[in-house]
Amino acid sequence: MTLGQMPFVVSALLVVLGLYALLFKRNLIKMVIGVSIIETGVNLFLVTVGYRAGGQAPIYTYSDPSAVRVLPTPQALTLTSIVIGLATTALLLSFVVFIHRHYQTLDAEKIKELKG
Amino acid sequence: MNRGMSIIVRTATRLVYALILVFGFYVIMHGHLTPGGGFQGGAVVASGFALVLVALGTAGLKGVLNRHLLQSLEEVGALAFLGLAFAGVGTAFFYNLLANSGSIFGATDPSALASGGLLPLMNWAVGLKVMTGIASILIVMIIGARKEAVE
Amino acid sequence: MKRALTVAGFLLVAAFLVVAATTIRPFGEPSHTEMDDYFLSNCQTEVVANNVVTAVVFDYRGFDTLGEATVLFAAVVGVLALFRTVREDER
Repeated sequence: MTLGQMPFVVSALLVVLGLYALLFKRNLIKMVIGVSIIETGVNLFLVTVGYRAGGQAPIYTYSDPSAVRVLPTPQALTLTSIVIGLATTALLLSFVVFIHRHYQTLDAEKIKELKG
Repeated sequence: MNRGMSIIVRTATRLVYALILVFGFYVIMHGHLTPGGGFQGGAVVASGFALVLVALGTAGLKGVLNRHLLQSLEEVGALAFLGLAFAGVGTAFFYNLLANSGSIFGATDPSALASGGLLPLMNWAVGLKVMTGIASILIVMIIGARKEAVE
Repeated sequence: MKRALTVAGFLLVAAFLVVAATTIRPFGEPSHTEMDDYFLSNCQTEVVANNVVTAVVFDYRGFDTLGEATVLFAAVVGVLALFRTVREDER
């Protein structure tokens, strides 16, 4: 495993960390934090896919016109993904507030009305 | 109705939040020249609103922000973005109508401020939508979650 | 039993992700860059703007931005609707 692949490995580790927080924690707020960490890992992966070796930002203001530039499309898709992550987190937290109001607890093991 | 934080924090917020708004509007306006644009500038202005909500409390809503104005401004931003998308529908959907023409946003030098065709107008519509949308979410969640503690 | 199954599944997914991250294309050599090369070279003449990322978001791929604006609007309406019913039966 060469050291040059480190950005991809870091984003995979972020997704694994978020999955651990989502699967093995019982507090609802910690689960929401796990979902947010997974989204951060996916955004990082999107940005590092479009990197060209030795490249600069794809902006032409005050820059050298003949430099090598990185790809702009993955950065545009990451903008969309960040906004969608914000929308998801806002709705998840509203649901957590409602569940606490109804059950007076935030423990996922005690919320059992939908069970079999 | 809570009063917010201590008096040092409240005075500093009243001085600083106007600067945050100006910086956010700068990032929105120069979206086609420097890194930034509608979404990023809208997030900066929304964080200024969050500062006002936390430091001045819900008592600051009467003097500084108005909840119903924010909700109707968000609808205006969404409809403006959709209307600009339909503006060039004679050729294609999302066609950039004003680029490279001689009229108001159609300069041919790409480093001028008044260039980019429909791009600055779309930046303003999306920036308005994002900042008023996030501010509405914050206000409703803070008021709704605090009623639980009042009962 | 259920907990052992969860741990085994989680370790399997974690190992798969880390192995996939090391055997993917080398970092710094993207494949199929024809669309982005066209965007980079024709942005200053067609869309007269210096920021290629903003031109891609609002002009070349504006339809994705329309979908994102819809998602944001739906989230704001959803949060406002969730917190509205509580005020009604408090009256």
